Amino acid sequence: MRKLALSDDILMTVEKPARYIGNEINSVMKDKDAVQVRFAMCFPDVYEIGMSHLGIQILYDMFNRWDDVWCERVYSPWVDLDRIMREQKIPLFAMESQDPIRDFDFLGITIQYEMCYTNILQILDLAGIPLLAAERTWEHPIVIGGGPCTYNPEPLADFFDLFYMGEGETDYRELLDLYQECRENGCSRVEFLHRAAAIHSIYVPSLYDVSYKEDGTIASFMPRFPDVPERVQKGLVQDMDSAVYPMKPVVPYIKVTQDRVVLEIQRGCIRGCRFCQAGQIYRPVRERSAALLKDYAHTMLSSTGHEEISLSSLSSSDYSELNDLLDYLIDECSEKKVNISLPSLRIDAFSLDVMSKVQDVRKSSLTFAPEAGSQRLRNVINKGLTEQNILEGAAEAFQGGWNHVKLYFMLGLPTETDEDIRAIADLANRIAALFYDTVPKEKRTGKIQIVVSTSFFVPKPFTAFQWAPQNTRQQFLDKAYLCRQAIMSQLNQKSIKYNWHEADVSVMEGVFARGDRKLCAVILEAYRRGCFYDAWAEFYKHDVWCKTFADLGVDMDFYTTRERSEEEIFPWDFIDCGVNKAFLLREWHKALRGEVSENCKVKCQGCGAMVFDAGICPRK
Amino acid sequence: MVLRIKFAKYGPVKFIGHLDVMRYFQKAVRRAGIDVKYSNGFNPHQVMSFAAPLGVGLESRGEYFDLEMHSITSTEDIKNRLNAVMADGFEILRVKLLPEKSKNAMASVAAAEYEVRFAMPGEPGECNLEEGVRMLMNRSHVDYHKQTRKVDTHIDLRPAIYSLSADQTTGTIRMTVDASSAGNIKPGFVVDALLEQFGCTVNPLHVKVTRIDTYTCRDENAAVTLSNLIPLDDMGMDA
Repeated sequence: MRKLALSDDILMTVEKPARYIGNEINSVMKDKDAVQVRFAMCFPDVYEIGMSHLGIQILYDMFNRWDDVWCERVYSPWVDLDRIMREQKIPLFAMESQDPIRDFDFLGITIQYEMCYTNILQILDLAGIPLLAAERTWEHPIVIGGGPCTYNPEPLADFFDLFYMGEGETDYRELLDLYQECRENGCSRVEFLHRAAAIHSIYVPSLYDVSYKEDGTIASFMPRFPDVPERVQKGLVQDMDSAVYPMKPVVPYIKVTQDRVVLEIQRGCIRGCRFCQAGQIYRPVRERSAALLKDYAHTMLSSTGHEEISLSSLSSSDYSELNDLLDYLIDECSEKKVNISLPSLRIDAFSLDVMSKVQDVRKSSLTFAPEAGSQRLRNVINKGLTEQNILEGAAEAFQGGWNHVKLYFMLGLPTETDEDIRAIADLANRIAALFYDTVPKEKRTGKIQIVVSTSFFVPKPFTAFQWAPQNTRQQFLDKAYLCRQAIMSQLNQKSIKYNWHEADVSVMEGVFARGDRKLCAVILEAYRRGCFYDAWAEFYKHDVWCKTFADLGVDMDFYTTRERSEEEIFPWDFIDCGVNKAFLLREWHKALRGEVSENCKVKCQGCGAMVFDAGICPRK
Repeated sequence: MVLRIKFAKYGPVKFIGHLDVMRYFQKAVRRAGIDVKYSNGFNPHQVMSFAAPLGVGLESRGEYFDLEMHSITSTEDIKNRLNAVMADGFEILRVKLLPEKSKNAMASVAAAEYEVRFAMPGEPGECNLEEGVRMLMNRSHVDYHKQTRKVDTHIDLRPAIYSLSADQTTGTIRMTVDASSAGNIKPGFVVDALLEQFGCTVNPLHVKVTRIDTYTCRDENAAVTLSNLIPLDDMGMDA
């Protein structure tokens, strides 16, 4: 029987002790003496969040297929256990072996959202690894970051030895081979890092010098050695069908956020919404074949025993073999009594038909994400959804028996006026009115319920809006107030519920999203002052953050509300994600003129992702 | 047809709570590929009945659930298939076919037997466990002040204790107590009451409890006594 890192006394004291015991179905145990590389894969948030992440399941599976590597998982201890581990000086451990992370060869951390940055420091701190990469020796693991936030890794540059840019399936083998060679030959850690910089997808922040202009923007961003590349290209899986995919994903004991089989049907998106970072950094769109996915679905349901399966993609309706795949899944799942969950489907006759087959219409709600209230602003953000699409989809749904509608919008988009915000209320009102027009009184099973949710727009790197000034906190709050007022004054206001996000966190997210290396010191200091679990509203300490920025003399507005010039060198410009800056700038100009761009299926816009010679891109 | 399945739970998985154990077995049944019956309706689910919830931190060699089947190969084959998909710490001990119209596992529970050990050396201090058992069993009433977040009440433990013994040299207590949904007694209550006679207390974290088995009444209409109690799986048969 495995020995746990935590005593029974501790486990009986903390909330949900099953978060820390490992031993889940399909978790991988190996003989630690029989492997050469021990890799700890971390999601820096609580277990239930981290276990829901597909990317880690893919890499965990890939690493553990290699006989010389043992990959284990680690998550942020919840605040109750965090306190106990500090008091009793218990080092952070991996789920599988329960061994201290500090003794591993690699600590890989996936960075999925900006508000987890302090949790990364918590992980390092609890593990007993120096927070600053510069202070680490061969006594410590190589700390490597990956995931979407590495498309601007600079606010974290001081904390990581390496960043892996792009999709992890492609270049890890080469990195691990180099590591083993360097350890066998007695190379220094510095030399290993230097040689790693030559590997595709690998960025070594310590090997670059950044200088700044007087106004605080970047003057130059240069490698310190001639053999270190100026630009780092992301790794990209060319053929999804031959890429690794976990046939035996780990099945958690406790209920987690995503507690189901996840079928990644495609990667990337054809749509090119101008606010969306995922739509750019995962280009070009690449599909998995339906034949393979059917086989995966069958195998994964058998190996996990999950009672639900979900399709994963940025826009499932754009998947070309959707009909065929869903026909199969509906058959297979009704026989096995498995639920199908269908996120990110465009609402039309086809999807409503599918949804009525797999969901209880009375209980389920329809989701539309128009993102902006007026057609003008939807053109600015290049959201292809028209008012006609929405109203037709809603009418069809009402006839099919649905009466719960969710609408998602963003406030603070570039060029937004009060009119655009009032249009949100107007659209919601018209959908409510449509219900009464479409469904005769005797057929109504309940009242129409519309939930309008707005989030605040945060400009992200590698989008057309990377030049856009973010709204101030006050602007955000004024806009939410205006939206609420506008909804309250509608005829059908009683059928419309309005939710809006916190403004404080959006401001901070904006600082990190387009931040630079000067933020490393602020993040470190804020962590020392007690900030962590910032993604959790109950632990987010906005006042501490603001005070830390002020005390260190770092201006938050510089990163958020400042207007950026078209010539400015961005901290993330050294990253080559295929999509180039010239294309994004064209898109920014078109946005300001309110012009739309066709999607990849209709017409290639020349974004630059064609260099990968993959997926939907026209062949060179 | 309904199967009664007896399992053990030990080691690190003792930290998995009752609801999660139920979810664990629902998934295990799917992995095992046995021909289980599903309920009708929009969200079909397995028809499962667990006997008595086991507290977090307790180990057991006598847990039970009932599972309604569409068809079965043999009880032995189902046991093997389930054991092939178990995680470390869960073990299927026995699978029996219940007679038609049997009460379900949860409704059948009358009593449970526990073994209690003291984990810390020197505990429980000056108390003589064997003497404590004799004193306690000779009382006609054993008042216990039950205090939780929701409940603050006094109960009489004595009628709920069907057997009690102790071994001073190994520091273990063995008891069979009421585990029915109406009158469930936690083994910790009895330990507290036993030690209280000597003015002792013990940190509940240092008391290690194993459920030995769960029992039902052979004769439902007769009083609950040790001789009337049989393990839940004695109701069923091999098939």
